[in-house]
Amino acid sequence: MGIAMRPIRIPVVIVFLLAAASSLLAQQQYTPVEAEIGRQLFTNNCVSCHGPEGDAVQGVDLGHGHFRVASSDSDLVRIMRNGIPATGMPANNLSQEQAKAIVAYLRSIAASAASNAIPAGDVSRGKAIFEGKGECLSCHRVAGVGSRLGPDLSGIGRLRRSVELQSALLEPPAEVRPNNRFIRAVTQNGTTITGRLLNQDTFTVQLLDSKEQLVSLSKSNLREFSFVTNSPMPSYQDKLASQDVADLVSYLASLKAQVNP
Amino acid sequence: MIRRTLVLILIAAGSLQAQVSFDRIVRADQESQNWLTYSGTFFSQRHSQLTQITPTNVKDLEPQWIFQARTGEASNTKFEATALVVDGVLYTVQPPNDIVALDAATGRQFWIYSYTPSPLARPCCGRVNRGLAMLGDTLFMATIDAHLIAVDAKGGRPIWNIAVAKPEAGYALTLAPLVIKDKVIIGTAGGEYGIRGFLAAFEAKTGKEVWRFYTIPKPGEPANNTWDKDSWEHVGAPVWLTGSYDPDLNLTYWGIGNPGSDYNGDERGGDNLYSSSVVALDADTGKLKWYFQFTPHDEFDYDSVQIPVLADLDWQGSPRKVMLWANRNGFFYVLDRTTGKFLLGKPFVDVSWASGLDQNGRPIRVHGKVPSREGTLIYPGNQGGTNWYSPSYSPRTGLFYIPSWANYSTLYVKQDVDYVEGLRFGGGTGNGPKAGAVVAGGFNYRKEEEGFGAVRAIDPRTGDMKWQFKMSDVTDAGILTTASDLLFTGGREAYFFALDARNGNLLWKFTVGAPVVSGPMTYSINGKQYVAVAAGSSLFAFALRQ
Ligand code: HEC
Repeated sequence: MGIAMRPIRIPVVIVFLLAAASSLLAQQQYTPVEAEIGRQLFTNNCVSCHGPEGDAVQGVDLGHGHFRVASSDSDLVRIMRNGIPATGMPANNLSQEQAKAIVAYLRSIAASAASNAIPAGDVSRGKAIFEGKGECLSCHRVAGVGSRLGPDLSGIGRLRRSVELQSALLEPPAEVRPNNRFIRAVTQNGTTITGRLLNQDTFTVQLLDSKEQLVSLSKSNLREFSFVTNSPMPSYQDKLASQDVADLVSYLASLKAQVNP
Repeated sequence: MIRRTLVLILIAAGSLQAQVSFDRIVRADQESQNWLTYSGTFFSQRHSQLTQITPTNVKDLEPQWIFQARTGEASNTKFEATALVVDGVLYTVQPPNDIVALDAATGRQFWIYSYTPSPLARPCCGRVNRGLAMLGDTLFMATIDAHLIAVDAKGGRPIWNIAVAKPEAGYALTLAPLVIKDKVIIGTAGGEYGIRGFLAAFEAKTGKEVWRFYTIPKPGEPANNTWDKDSWEHVGAPVWLTGSYDPDLNLTYWGIGNPGSDYNGDERGGDNLYSSSVVALDADTGKLKWYFQFTPHDEFDYDSVQIPVLADLDWQGSPRKVMLWANRNGFFYVLDRTTGKFLLGKPFVDVSWASGLDQNGRPIRVHGKVPSREGTLIYPGNQGGTNWYSPSYSPRTGLFYIPSWANYSTLYVKQDVDYVEGLRFGGGTGNGPKAGAVVAGGFNYRKEEEGFGAVRAIDPRTGDMKWQFKMSDVTDAGILTTASDLLFTGGREAYFFALDARNGNLLWKFTVGAPVVSGPMTYSINGKQYVAVAAGSSLFAFALRQ
């Protein structure tokens, strides 16, 4: 039994780094897939207090293996599940395996941290690029400004590490996450409609079309209905200078509005 | 004054009739106006003789009433119950463990019995209850804190209440009990907590335990040697769906759940009997008559708790008492229910962990298709090719109807876990990072290759699919068929709908506003046929527009 979880993808870069780093892990061996499961759990359960880099609580830097109380992996598992009395750290409803996966993730980011120094960027220059020559607003929205077609990035700095933001710009995954999927539909009378899939069932489909209108279509009125295979998110590897990318990453990391992931 | 006396006498007379004797349950198919046991009859075909609603007029179905469960429960409760209807009164449950008696024609409430389960209860997958059993004037409810309670069907007052097992160790009762003769039979959930599963029978009058069958034999008992290294003690093999019964053979059949830890079988080498099996027990003594194991040494969470569907078929020229079973492991089986002999087996969805079944029905394993630390993609995924949702068999069409998850896989990741009483004992995850894993009740962004729900109609004589009705999302809804060749079911997309049982054509649909996570049933009052189904936190009753 068990309830299926939200789908996720494995960022290629992280998997690669983990594979390289796993031999360095002193305490216990973890696989990339365990760390990836841990990443999801960390995002859902821990980032709101610890931040995406794991350093938002004073004196604790989960991403660099600096803990106040724990010294071993099993300490970490116990603390995550039972909490630490008289501190802000609550008991969490995590199974042993889930807690272990989070440890795997924390160990993985600690192992990758050293080799992964992100160049310093300038937040206000990043903002200017985002709104100007980067043309990010043509797909993304921040604080109520910009397009609704791509993900709203108003709180992206609360969820993603800087390395993840950087790789989103340089090596966006070939396939989008399921909840960012785009579809293309052709009606019986030949009109083509594209947009972000919001929901569908056997008989109907709901989308936000390219003009940002909420549209509900009956599948029986469609001649064609298909998923757009490539991610609309372009790679900026060759389009922006590395300083521009660093500035954008700093800007994105500074976006900390309280929004749902 | 005179009139009042008359009314009183009438009610008294009615109450005598309302006694649900064991004989009435045996012959439940001859009083189709009622629904006397979880799966409709002891054969569990979920096939009703009612024919007022037909493929021609089903388009005129409309809601008659809606009962909204009043519950202060958290949102993880699912309305998985099938109601009972006895002579105009509908009995159902609301979360976590209330019994509700309603006028089945209007939905008006007669009474509610509320039981507060212990806070120590920890059912794995929602604080669910799938319904009730009835004998005489007594209702039986099994609770998530592992109690069995007898309640007076008229007054709504408890008669007896017994603690069956320890909720703090992960034992929970979520199924509708099964009444056979003068006994009430239940089984225990808790396969995700390393319990020791069992079935037990209790005297309906007193609650006294009469027999108990452990699904995991202890040392010295047959089949204990199918558990390596004394691993037998905390290994699950739960029972969380209602069994079936053959009155002629006096055998009761029950599906047994997965061994623990679910995804890591390293510590429990061997076939692990009687996990992921069906057992046939003598209904009077609980003695094992035969068993058949669908998934030896299961590491995929392929609980075999599905409803055993019994049918009498013409099998290769001679009549045969069979059992039809679409298993969570992706194979459809026909067994001889007198002996347990394997007669036929074929995949009904994509299967990658086994390449087929040998002549005894044992799966032929595919090398490397086991959970691993790196993750292994396997079809069907951990929710199975089907799961606990009731299938249906129609003797008229001769087809077996399966709520299926087609094209569906999971990345099985194995992890280490220690057994600690009352804590989860999963040994990994069956939901890993694979695009297309599913979100319960969430929005649907699914591509077809990530799995879709379907009603699949199988010819049991060949195991071949005759037709399918595809949905874009998966389904947790049971199936009901009727003698007018209608098929009712729903799915995660929040439709309740009717198909033509002969060809799968869609005839009618209605948006119930939440996933259907229960099996529909039908009954009739004063000649008017109703179809009832639970969805979200409501129970809907439909009938033809007048
Ligand atoms: C043509 C449309 C388009 C443009 C232009 C675009 N993006 Fe994206 N972006 C997307 C889509 C679609 C996704 C979601 C990809 C996914 O879910 O896999 C995305 C994802 C992202 C993410 C990852 C979000 C997350 O949840 O992890 C970041 C960060 C991002 N974009 C930043 C930018 C920046 C900065 C720019 C401008 C330099 C930009 N994007 C330009 C469409 C676009």
